[in-house]
Amino acid sequence: MSVPTKTRLAPSEPRGSRTPGESAPGLLRYLPSQRYTSVLVTLLLLVAIFAVGSARYPGFFSGQVVLNLFIDNAFLIVLAVGMTFVILTGGIDLSVGSVVALSTMIAASLLQSGWSPPAVILTVLVVGSTLGFLVGLVIYYFDVQPFIATLAAMFLARGLCYVISTSSISIVDPFFVDMANARIPLGPGLRIAPSVIVALAVVVIAFVVLHYTRTGRTVYAIGNGGPSAMLMGLPVKRTQILVYAISGFCSAIAGVLFTFYTLSGYSLTAVGMELDAIAAVVIGGTLLTGGSGFVLGSVLGVLVLGVIQTIISFEGTLSSWWTRIVIGSLLLVFILLQKLLTPRRR
Amino acid sequence: MAEPEESDPMDTTVPIVEMNNISISFPGVKALDSVDFRMFPGEVHSLMGENGAGKSTLIKALTGVYKIDSGSIHLDGKPLVVTGPADAQRAGISTVYQEVNLLTNLSVAENIMLGREPRRFGVIDWRATRARAAKILRRLHLDIDPASQLNAHSLAVQQLVAIARSLDINAKVLVLDEPTSSLDADEVAELFRVIKGLKDDGVAILFVSHFLDQVYEIADRLTVLRNGALVGEYRIEEILRIELVHKMIGRDIAALDDLDSKTRAAVADADVGVPFMEAVGLGRKGSVEPFNFYINEGEVVGLAGLLGSGRTELARLLSGVDRPDGGELLVEGSPRKLRTARAALKRRIAYSSEDRKREGIIEDLTVRDNIVLALQADRGWFRRISRKRQDDLAVSYISALGIRPSNPETLVRNLSGGNQQKVLLARWLAIAPRLLILDEPTRGIDVGAKAEIQRLVSNLAEEGMSVVFISAELEEVLRLSHRIVVMRDRKKVADLENEDVTSGQVMTLIASGADA
Amino acid sequence: MMTEGSASRDSDTESRTRTLLRTATHSRLIWPILALVVLLAVNAIYSPGFLSIRVQDGHLFGSLIDILRNGAPIVLVALGMTLVIATRGIDLSVGAVVAISGAFALSIIGDAPDPNSLGVVLLAVGASLVFALILGAWNGLLVSVFGIQPFIATLILMTAGRGIAMLITEGQILTVASAPYKVIGGGYWFALPASIIIAGVLFALVAVLTRKTALGVLIESVGINPQASRLAGVGSRTIIWTVYVFSAVCAGIAGLMISSNVTAADANSAGLWIEMDAILAVVLGGTSLAGGRYSLTGTLIGAFVLQTLTTTVYSIGIAPEITLVFKALVVIAVVLLQAPRTRAGFAKIRRRQALTASPSKATVV
Repeated sequence: MSVPTKTRLAPSEPRGSRTPGESAPGLLRYLPSQRYTSVLVTLLLLVAIFAVGSARYPGFFSGQVVLNLFIDNAFLIVLAVGMTFVILTGGIDLSVGSVVALSTMIAASLLQSGWSPPAVILTVLVVGSTLGFLVGLVIYYFDVQPFIATLAAMFLARGLCYVISTSSISIVDPFFVDMANARIPLGPGLRIAPSVIVALAVVVIAFVVLHYTRTGRTVYAIGNGGPSAMLMGLPVKRTQILVYAISGFCSAIAGVLFTFYTLSGYSLTAVGMELDAIAAVVIGGTLLTGGSGFVLGSVLGVLVLGVIQTIISFEGTLSSWWTRIVIGSLLLVFILLQKLLTPRRR
Repeated sequence: MAEPEESDPMDTTVPIVEMNNISISFPGVKALDSVDFRMFPGEVHSLMGENGAGKSTLIKALTGVYKIDSGSIHLDGKPLVVTGPADAQRAGISTVYQEVNLLTNLSVAENIMLGREPRRFGVIDWRATRARAAKILRRLHLDIDPASQLNAHSLAVQQLVAIARSLDINAKVLVLDEPTSSLDADEVAELFRVIKGLKDDGVAILFVSHFLDQVYEIADRLTVLRNGALVGEYRIEEILRIELVHKMIGRDIAALDDLDSKTRAAVADADVGVPFMEAVGLGRKGSVEPFNFYINEGEVVGLAGLLGSGRTELARLLSGVDRPDGGELLVEGSPRKLRTARAALKRRIAYSSEDRKREGIIEDLTVRDNIVLALQADRGWFRRISRKRQDDLAVSYISALGIRPSNPETLVRNLSGGNQQKVLLARWLAIAPRLLILDEPTRGIDVGAKAEIQRLVSNLAEEGMSVVFISAELEEVLRLSHRIVVMRDRKKVADLENEDVTSGQVMTLIASGADA
Repeated sequence: MMTEGSASRDSDTESRTRTLLRTATHSRLIWPILALVVLLAVNAIYSPGFLSIRVQDGHLFGSLIDILRNGAPIVLVALGMTLVIATRGIDLSVGAVVAISGAFALSIIGDAPDPNSLGVVLLAVGASLVFALILGAWNGLLVSVFGIQPFIATLILMTAGRGIAMLITEGQILTVASAPYKVIGGGYWFALPASIIIAGVLFALVAVLTRKTALGVLIESVGINPQASRLAGVGSRTIIWTVYVFSAVCAGIAGLMISSNVTAADANSAGLWIEMDAILAVVLGGTSLAGGRYSLTGTLIGAFVLQTLTTTVYSIGIAPEITLVFKALVVIAVVLLQAPRTRAGFAKIRRRQALTASPSKATVV
């Protein structure tokens, strides 16, 4: 028996294997709130943009402008929640915009043919979830990359819209009209739409699921490292399929909320909305590689997009299509930030 | 017992794990060939072997990752049928893998309890979860906050957390696969303290490590595998390190007799000026410690050392594949920074990776395309090598190296391992390298091809090419090299003129020499 | 013929005929060709005059010519997409680039004092292509230098790009009458629609370029095994950059063609879903979405299968928008067929058949 004599230098960065110590850069790892910093950054960004808006435009700084952010973006909040689940596992769902459009088309056409609103909403939710579930099956069973599977689903859902109708169908059902016009008073001069309550309920449920159920923790575990989660004996496959079903379900809810907002169904609606949802999630601090992020961050992300949109509309001289460009740029900046701040995994 | 004879307790207790006649094949490879393996409660057992010996295959068979083709596994006397890692865990076999399979963005408590969190009213009871995690951490005498995020802790603590996770499952068998590969000495001591505690509790621990010192410090018994077959099972007191190393890397050398030893002396007394390449204090943290190295024109330098000793890492630093974080590299006397493989190839320095499939061949291209690839890449895409020249190159290398089948239009994926290796060699030779670094060029190929490659290397050196030759097979290194550099524990430990070096001497160096 | 397989088999006729035989039986191309033939046959049955080509005012007319002409933009976009996919990438931004280039060209022509001046048109075309080139360079930068996943990198331009097109058209649908510009998408050269000639020339150019330079083999090498290619000294960064630039330029030309054909630039609907058509043409042509070996000829056939399908749907009388569903289903089917698991399944079936077949052979002997 020999006594170990050698002492090796402590290697901080072993080659080849992904080692945990690497994921926190430099001093950041010692900050207790490191996991919340990205959300804080988003919050600061939101406050800053809001401050800029308030300083520049009279009437911008008001409670109702804030509430309008929620009213105008209720559907996007729901969409972003679903997308958060998917991105937390390290996947992506490009089909959400098309599923929103499909949902509006199904709702509008069924209402037109005299279905009752509850039956219509139920149908929409079932269709959306089923589509998401099928996508999940394809991704898991056939080992197809998520972006390809959801891209195909995106085209399919859009095509199904055309099958229903190529022209816009307006909604005159009293329930939907009521939902569109109803405002719930919150205080003097402050009102919200019922959609906001639905959206916030979705957020709360998502928060509970993600943080207080094993399924939710498995979602994080998969994004942290699918093989690791598998080796830990977690139900990886089931959860992976589930997140796409959840995303489909959320897209369907968002579709219903969107019809409350627009009172019509149209095949070409919500084109490019997947970018908004992805941008909201990424800006909200969720890593595109998965495993880290918060559903509340995504809500903040949506609000950031909303404020930008509000500013652009207040500006008046700026055309509305700047929104798309700004959102794209913002998404890019946050992706690059993520790249910079998280060391490369090999 | 009537006989007072002192007997090994291992012979009287029932093994907790008993694997008999285990065979596993993958397409083209027999990874395990009727291997027997057993472990007893309360022992630390070390599994030893070089690359391709079948260590990880055996572990994966035990932990349910791989299905066995034949043989039987018993746990606690009962036949063990597991369909996956989750199943194995439930049966009492827990594994802490080399790449710590934990989730660094989650809390310590979660990493311990994930999938088994206590619940109340259908939702996770975080307070109870943390309390249970804290209890297990206390058992390991680990004083950390269960609510803290895992990546706030050192690797050693993370390892211990991984062990804590397996303890919560009440593991009877704990598999530690390379647990110390990224720990420093203090951290290793901490880990060993925990291992000893677990051993006293009756847990059987399978400890896999490249570090012989650590094996000799902690293990009670060890099992040696070589080429997918069992070499033997030994108590640690009854086997010397030198014997162990011999059992791990010793091979028969029958097929190599026709290569006589005259090659090595060829340039020994030639008058050499500036070395072709010289490295001064070159190193990279966590990969290989700073080393000095030189190689002359026409010289073959062998790199000897066990797997994980830093031999590959050294080669990658010399060839621009990995970037050093310190030191200097001189090519023909002038300092050069080789930032990429491309830059190195421009200086006629080629590195042939040990990982033929992932870093070598382009399997869906033809033999011809593969052979001309590096040359073409060097010329840039615009200046295409004419088809005639491509054909000439392909045909001449196919016949020179005896590549079979000899049709240059065959897809490389359809070739045998040895022929793929020859295609790779041809690719590097086509750029007429001044320095060729061959990392395990003879691994996993048949004996005939092996001898051909060895002969080729010595011929090339005679023509003035410098060759760095890395192999797990010591005989091969001794046979071919003018000089031998010995690596151990990521350090260069010796640089020997291969005049009258014996394999015993080199093995002693590899085994650290403490008890030779 | 397979582009890469037949690379410079320049010399003797014997090997050429052998290649022809081999390519004819090449399983990758046999299916798209078959699909094309079946579709053409269906059309010929439904509308008897389908296969006839007539000459009128010195120009060729007929359904087949229409298919070629209408398919030209898809051929172009799919051509670029093939090379991108071969490097393991994807370019989702082609539709947006189509919209931008059309909008940019028409806005220049519209602002010019004389929209009918050839100089103005050439300037507009040149400027649009440079714009497209810059957009491609942007994609390439994000993918090859910043290492962003291709679908995310190009998704940004896919959606933000429509905004750029909107900016150029100021939210209007630009309609500009310019005779020289109209030629690109609606004119005739040598009795043939100019768009066919443009697409044909570009296709030939790419085919020659990838074969006569080493671009083709290096693209494949990067797509099959990026890691090994790096060690072999392949400058994969440049190559990846090149293919994204090329893809954008192709999309740019397609954009000119489309806007010229309808003499209008619609930032919202120009090139809408063309990325799907392009991806579909590529996978129908036998190039795997996993990258690696590609077939330009396959893509060409794939594009014409698509265009014929669209024409068929029209002629049978189904609402044309519904083709999107068909296409999506075909994409899904092809993706599932290409999936590793499906392949493994097929291989197993084939092995089983081989096993059951061999004993009977043995008894014959």
